[in-house]
Amino acid sequence: MMTGANLSRKEEPDFRYDVSAIRADFPALSLEINGHPLAFLDSGASAQKPVHVLERMDRAYRSEYANVHRGAYTLSQLATESYENARATVASFMNAKTPDEIIFTRNVTEAINLVAYSYGRKFLSAGDEIIISHMEHHANIVPWQLLRDAIGIEIKIAPIDDAGNFLMDEFKKLIGSRTKLIAITQISNVLGTIVPIKEIVNLAHEAGAHVLIDGAQGICHHGVDVQDLDAEFYVFTGHKLYGPTGIGVLWGKLDLLNEMPPYQGGGDMIENVTFEKSTYREAPARFEAGTPPIVEAIGLAAAIDYVSSIGLANIAAHENSVLAYATNKLSQVKGLKIIGQADRKAGIISFELKGAHPHDIGTIVDSKGVAIRAGHHCAQPLMERYGVAATARASLGMYSNSDDIDQLVDALNYVKEIFD
Amino acid sequence: MEDDIRELYQEVILDHGKNPRNFRHPEDATCEANGNNPLCGDKLTVFVKVGANDDIEDAAFEGRGCAISVASASMMTNIVIGKKVAQADELFDIFHKMCMGEDVGEPPKEFEDDIDKLMVLSGVKQFPMRVKCATLAWHTMNAAVHGKEASTSE
Repeated sequence: MMTGANLSRKEEPDFRYDVSAIRADFPALSLEINGHPLAFLDSGASAQKPVHVLERMDRAYRSEYANVHRGAYTLSQLATESYENARATVASFMNAKTPDEIIFTRNVTEAINLVAYSYGRKFLSAGDEIIISHMEHHANIVPWQLLRDAIGIEIKIAPIDDAGNFLMDEFKKLIGSRTKLIAITQISNVLGTIVPIKEIVNLAHEAGAHVLIDGAQGICHHGVDVQDLDAEFYVFTGHKLYGPTGIGVLWGKLDLLNEMPPYQGGGDMIENVTFEKSTYREAPARFEAGTPPIVEAIGLAAAIDYVSSIGLANIAAHENSVLAYATNKLSQVKGLKIIGQADRKAGIISFELKGAHPHDIGTIVDSKGVAIRAGHHCAQPLMERYGVAATARASLGMYSNSDDIDQLVDALNYVKEIFD
Repeated sequence: MEDDIRELYQEVILDHGKNPRNFRHPEDATCEANGNNPLCGDKLTVFVKVGANDDIEDAAFEGRGCAISVASASMMTNIVIGKKVAQADELFDIFHKMCMGEDVGEPPKEFEDDIDKLMVLSGVKQFPMRVKCATLAWHTMNAAVHGKEASTSE
């Protein structure tokens, strides 16, 4: 352990739970990378998986696997039951009114594209306006640009201040009679800013506009109660919530979903097909054409069960402790500048280090076993806002601890040693 | 691994990264191309002045990038000035192989000094994710002199 000397004299953050017990559930966290214990600080890109998820998926493939919604045989019924139970688990995790409001997609990107294509072409027309924020991920920018180019809507950008705070007063000025949809992130994947989405939903509804919340980061740090929030759409992805890749969720209000046309055509989404005309089933089947990600959905449900057993509030409190510890430690690294210092922040820290490009930082800290992200984080307009091409980013998960942060700080000092 | 890091970030690379040579926009360039690495957002523009008989009379660049990509662009422009386009192509091919850790065989005698200099960048072969950083400038120069519009190191 390279941090051994520091362990005795550092102030331990006030952890909400025994993080070492949680770390023991994640096999990847005991890996050794380049001769050092892995300090995994890239959960914002994708989280590691607890053994509960791995074993559940293994069991599904071994003893419950067949295609769903088709076979009249026992194994297919078992698979269908597990798949639909997963939908119910997701529904209850988000406090959806009914599992029918849960549509499984590949990821957040596909979920937003689905809404842009299906809802967008049905409910929006030329001259209508969509508001997004300056800190959106490309997944919540480009689908709307495709829609704009197809039907002639306008996209307006809600600004942020230099610290990364969402500017509510400026946002209010953008809302007008042509505003039809507000598509906004719950937590910025670059700045960590927690966006006041409840207030945004209220303002939108007063103006008669709908709201889509990108919960890619929000779901794992804060969770959501969709009935309380009352947005029209909420999307998230499984792999950032300690579940598998290849599974995302679109939640929508059921009446709205059932008014929307299909996004993709194929098997499982139809009522009846003739060569002249096909009719479609109601949500969620309408939006799940073809064989779905069956085992991935089951794995996501296992991840949700695991997260719920620890408690999202406990996870958030723990991450906040580590965030405060990390912010303090990193602020002491000479030449390091944190980008994103909003009043309300989740466990994401973007930074620059004087004289070292983020990619060089990423490569060099990796040689010390530290995994961070370097790049534009799929948020190039936001990078432009801060006048940088890229940042380095450390992002936390439920298993992050002060050792990870100490190891990062030591590795950053090594970067400085090379570049100074 | 730390030896690999030290080999990658040698003094000469750090020096070229901090004080890039030919970091300018020559007004009399006959061709230029933009190169970008879409994964990281790094961008370079390479300017080349090709004279009679395909002689590279000047080469320069502007842009932003990591130490490896800037150092590579800096060293490349130093090396190709005074070469013919066909020689630059040949060097690109050899350099690319060096970065990929492929066998370059017995390189032509005329390039001995150049290859010695470029060898300091071959440390990227230990870092597959960084090969694109080292080759971006060369891809971009190749696009410029052969009249391709834009280049990526993808």
